[in-house]
Amino acid sequence: MSLAFFIQYLVAGITYGTIYAVVGMGFNIIYNTTGIINFAQGEFVMLGGMVAVSLHHHLPLPAAIAGAVLVTMAVGALIELIFIHWLSKPTVLRMIIVTIGISILIREAALLVWGHDVRVLPYFTGNEISAISLGGALISPQVIWVVAVCAVMVLLTTAFFQWTMLGRQMRACASNRVGAAVCGLPIRNLVTLSFALSAGMGALAGCVVCPITYTQYGMGTGLAIKGFTVAILGGLGNSLGAVAAGLLLGVVESFTVSALPAAYKDTISIAILLGVLFVRPSGLFGSRAATRA
Amino acid sequence: MTKAMTASLALLASALLAPHALAEDTIKVGAILAVTGPASFLGSPEAKTLEMMVADINAKGGIGGKKVVLIIKDSGASSEKAISFAKQLIEEEKVLAIIGPSTSGETMAIKALAEESKTPLLSCAAAEVIVNPVASYVFKTPQKDSQAVIRIFQQMKKMGISKIGVLSSNTGFGKAGKDQIEKLAAEHGIQIVVSEVYDSKATDLTAEVTKIKAANVQAIVNWSIEPAQAIVIKNARQLGLTIPIFQSHGFGNIGYVKAAGVAAEGVIFPAGRLLIADQLPASNPQKKVLVSYKNEYEARYKEDVSTFGGHAYDAMLLLSDAVKKGGTDRAKVRAELEGLKGVVGTAGIFNMSATDHNGLGLDAFEMLTVKDGRFVPLAQ
Repeated sequence: MSLAFFIQYLVAGITYGTIYAVVGMGFNIIYNTTGIINFAQGEFVMLGGMVAVSLHHHLPLPAAIAGAVLVTMAVGALIELIFIHWLSKPTVLRMIIVTIGISILIREAALLVWGHDVRVLPYFTGNEISAISLGGALISPQVIWVVAVCAVMVLLTTAFFQWTMLGRQMRACASNRVGAAVCGLPIRNLVTLSFALSAGMGALAGCVVCPITYTQYGMGTGLAIKGFTVAILGGLGNSLGAVAAGLLLGVVESFTVSALPAAYKDTISIAILLGVLFVRPSGLFGSRAATRA
Repeated sequence: MTKAMTASLALLASALLAPHALAEDTIKVGAILAVTGPASFLGSPEAKTLEMMVADINAKGGIGGKKVVLIIKDSGASSEKAISFAKQLIEEEKVLAIIGPSTSGETMAIKALAEESKTPLLSCAAAEVIVNPVASYVFKTPQKDSQAVIRIFQQMKKMGISKIGVLSSNTGFGKAGKDQIEKLAAEHGIQIVVSEVYDSKATDLTAEVTKIKAANVQAIVNWSIEPAQAIVIKNARQLGLTIPIFQSHGFGNIGYVKAAGVAAEGVIFPAGRLLIADQLPASNPQKKVLVSYKNEYEARYKEDVSTFGGHAYDAMLLLSDAVKKGGTDRAKVRAELEGLKGVVGTAGIFNMSATDHNGLGLDAFEMLTVKDGRFVPLAQ
C-alpha cells in the first residue's frame, strides 16, 4: 500500500470515528446523571438534523443550528417531564424500557412531520466534492468541522462534570441517588436537565454530521448503535474515552476494508466490542468502579 | 301484527343483511408495502399511489360495477412481518390478490405462500428471481435487474469501458444486482476488478471508495436503494475520482440528487420514463399515462413522483385489467394476468406470457443522467 493510500484509509477511519464519537458522547450525560443508557439518543441526533434543515429554509445556517439545538433540548426536557419525571420508582430497567418507547415515538412522529425523504444541510465550508489535500490523501472540510465540534464538546462536558457545582451534583445523582437526595439535591430536576443537555448534544452532533451522512427519520438507530458501541468501548460517562474509542473503531473499520471484503467491517467492530467487554467490562478508558452503578 | 310493525321488521332485517350483500359486491385487494422503515421511500409512494387509484376507480363506479376495498399492511421492510401479513390477507381477509411487497427480500419470503394458496401476487420489487423461474401466481411490475445491468453494460461498451469496480449494499436488492453484474459481465466483455458489499445503513463510504480508487478501474457501478447511494457518489468525487459512476434503477428519486448536490452531476443510470415524462416527445406511447399519473400524484400529495410509486400504479392497472376480463375468481384473474398484452404502464409496455411474468423488454429502460440537478435523457 502506498503512503498516499495509507493516509487515505487513515482519514476515512477518522471520518467514521469522529461521527461515531460525536454521537456517542451524547450517551454520557444522561448516564452520568441517571446511570442509564438513553435508547432515544439516536433520535435526538436525527431530530437535530431535521429541525436544522427545516429552520435553514428561513434562517442562516448558524441560527438554524442554534435553533435546532434549543428545540431538541426542549423536546428532551419535555419528554423527561412527561414520561419519566413522575415515575415514583424510576428503576434502571423501567427507564430503559421507557427510553426505547420514546425512541419509537420520536421516529414515528418524525415520519409524520417530515416524511421518508432524505434531507441534508449544506456543507459548512465548501460543497459536496471539495476536499483538502493532506499528504496525498483528500479530506472533506466537513470532517474537520466534526473534529472541531467533537473537541469542543469534550472540553465543555469534561469541564462541566469535573469543575462546576451543577455537574458534580449530576454525577452525585448517578453514583448514589438516595444519598444525593438526602443531601438535598433536586434529583428530579437534575434528571430533567440531563435529558435537555443530552438532547442538545445529540442535536448538535446531528447538525454537524448531517452534510456527510444525510438525515432521514429512521437514521437515529443506525447512528446510535455505533455511538453506543464507542460510548461503551470508551467507558461510559467518559467523553474523552468515547472520542478515543470512536477514532480507534473508525480506523480499525477503515483498515479492515483495505485488507478484507468490506462486508466484514461491522463484524470486526462488534468482535472488538465483545472482546473488550469480556476482558475489561468497564471499557477501555472507564474506571472499574463506574460499572457498579 | 300490524302492517307498520311488519314493515319495520322487514326494514330491520334488510338493514342487518345489507352489509353482507355489500361485501359480495366488492373486490378486496391486499397490499403489503414498506410504508415505514428503511425502504419507506418505496412503500410510501406505493401506498399513496394505490390509495389515489382506488379512490379514482371507486369514484368511477369500481371495476365491473364492484367497488374496490384496499387493505394496506405496513411491513416496515421486514420479511417476517410480510409473511404474517400475507397469511392474514389470504386466510382471514380472503383477498382476491396481493400487491407488493416493496422489496425483493420480502417478495421472496412470501412467494411460496402466494403459490400454495393460489393468490395472485403482483410484486413491486425489482429482483429477477421473483419471476425467474416463473411461479404461476407470482408477477412483478418493475423492470428486471438483469435488463438494467445489460443496459449499463451496453452503455459502457459505447464509452469504451471494460474494467469496473462494483459496490452494492447488503440488502436483497443489492445482492440481486451484484449477482446479475457478476453473471453477465463476461459475455459483455466487462472485467470486475473489485467488488465490495457495504451495510445498507452506512453513513460514510470513504474507505470502500478508496479501495476502488486503488484498483484503478474505468468506472464504478453502485447497486443499492438506500441513502448510501447518494453518499457513495459524494465520497468518490471528494476523493478526486473523475471516472463515470453508474447507478442502478434504484437511483430514480430526485431526493438523492438533491442530497448529493454537485456530486450527483453526470451519474448515469437506467430508469423508466416517468422521471422524464415532461421531456418525452408527444409521439411516445407512454407519454399520456406518465404525464397524467405524475400530475395527479403531485397535485394530490405535493411531493415529487418517483418510479417506485409507478410500480404500484402498474400493478393496480394490470390487476384491474385482468379483473375486467376474468371477474373475481383468483384462478381466472391469474390466467388473465398472464395473457395481458400491450398494457401501457409507467415502467413500459407490458406483454405478459406463460414464460414471462414481468412482460417488459429492454426498451422499458431509458439511460438517464443528472444535469443541473435534474434527470435528463443521456445524450447518445
